[in-house]
Amino acid sequence: MSLLDARGLTAGYGQVTVLHDVSLRIEPGEIVVVLGSNGAGKTTLLRALSGLIPARGELSVDDVSVIGTGTHRLAALGMAHVPQGRGTFGDLTVEENLLVGAATRPRREARTDLDRWYARFPRLGERRHRPAAGLSGGEQQMLAMARGFMSRPRLVLLDEPSLGLAPTITTELFGTLAELHDESGAAMLIVEQNAELALRIGERALLLEHGRIVQRGTTDEFRSSDDIRRAYLGV
Amino acid sequence: MDLLLQQLVDGVAAGAIYGALALALVLVYRASHTINFAQGEMALLGAYLSWQFFAFGLPLLAALAVSVLACAVLGMGIERVLIRPLAKRNQHLPMIITTLGLMIALNAVIAWVWGHQTREVPPVLGQGAVEVAGAALSRQDLVIIATVLGGAIALAAFFRFTRTGLFMRATVGDPESARLSGVRTGRMLSVGWGLAGGIGAIAGTLIAPELFLQPGMMAPVLIYAFAAATLGGLDSPLGAIVGGIIVGLAENIAGTYVPWIGSEFKQGLALAIILVVLLLRPAGLFGSRKVVRV
Repeated sequence: MSLLDARGLTAGYGQVTVLHDVSLRIEPGEIVVVLGSNGAGKTTLLRALSGLIPARGELSVDDVSVIGTGTHRLAALGMAHVPQGRGTFGDLTVEENLLVGAATRPRREARTDLDRWYARFPRLGERRHRPAAGLSGGEQQMLAMARGFMSRPRLVLLDEPSLGLAPTITTELFGTLAELHDESGAAMLIVEQNAELALRIGERALLLEHGRIVQRGTTDEFRSSDDIRRAYLGV
Repeated sequence: MDLLLQQLVDGVAAGAIYGALALALVLVYRASHTINFAQGEMALLGAYLSWQFFAFGLPLLAALAVSVLACAVLGMGIERVLIRPLAKRNQHLPMIITTLGLMIALNAVIAWVWGHQTREVPPVLGQGAVEVAGAALSRQDLVIIATVLGGAIALAAFFRFTRTGLFMRATVGDPESARLSGVRTGRMLSVGWGLAGGIGAIAGTLIAPELFLQPGMMAPVLIYAFAAATLGGLDSPLGAIVGGIIVGLAENIAGTYVPWIGSEFKQGLALAIILVVLLLRPAGLFGSRKVVRV
């Protein structure tokens, strides 16, 4: 049974179709990396998967069809989506951001989870009562990941987590992501410009071009493919 | 001196009502980014419902409770049925036209049901006045000030300490991110409109004994509430209350001490405040700047 199964997904904005007939499966616990140039439809794919934009085709979670299901219901089914730009609630405190992340879970469980995240990211603990808008880019990305994991998700969609971060912080970020994956066992779908790092922690990869999947394979295959290396790894 | 003190006390009492109605406008603005022109008529409906249930024989506070509940449900219904379909398509102008239309429709329905003769809503604690440092404050004014301040504090606590309050603030801050976290953002918008409806009913019922309950009662009050909300900042609940009190004070003091304003031109003062704030500081005293660009 696949955790997530999309078949023939077509989506776009208004009259413009961006995503054409995309099919992909995500099995429990695996990391899938989506590569593609700007405008290839990567963000649109994630937005269609979490129901932020209407899509045609078939989409199921645990073999139950969820096409047209509201975004908040998909969250309750175990999907977390850290959107591009991180989706931080700037006016809320760090702690309130995390509590919103746990919206689908009982209040008491959410409270106990807070301490785990403060232990992992002491910076967030120190700033728990400060408005999140005052955090640095790296701290905001920590907060966004912690917020996503507060729902104890089974699948985390990450849209360009390294955007705007310094290279050393990006390396740290992917280290943290790999750890979180090992600890939580959650599957991940990562859209990332920084292909090298993403491919290193992922198992499978997809290449999107003009809204269509043009290549699939293991991350090792992707890393040794000359075409991919030239186009996306900058070597 | 006594006259000044009296004007200050009267100003605070009037301002509390403007603040309450402004608060309702702010809650709707935060939820749907639109101005609810029908807010005054919703408060008027609240006053009439209170009167009606009181006339049926309910105690005044029970009649008020029924009215608050009915207006809250009406607010939620308006959001769900009329506003949300437009909000989904980002149709701001149609939304404003809708609330304008609703204002006219509600007023017509009220006049049709209850007629144009004035009705009498009794004051909560009866007639009479208390003396505050040499100024006379009617018991009803005292009730108004206490209710508005108590209500504002309760609302602040609701936003700060409850889960629903937190989710509402998250929905205002970033609706998409809130939805992705599993917040039922649609329901949060409805709650905002429902709160606004209930607050409006309280404001309308409390002001009714001081004005005359007839279909035109709330129109002038709404203008002051607009001025209060603009001055305080359209997305700031605290600003609405502070703005209301400032507008109430300014109205009373200018009406008394500035001969050419007097009681005839007091409404013009509200419009002048709106104009000056929009020109000099469009976000208001407590509003966030980003609102201006919407």
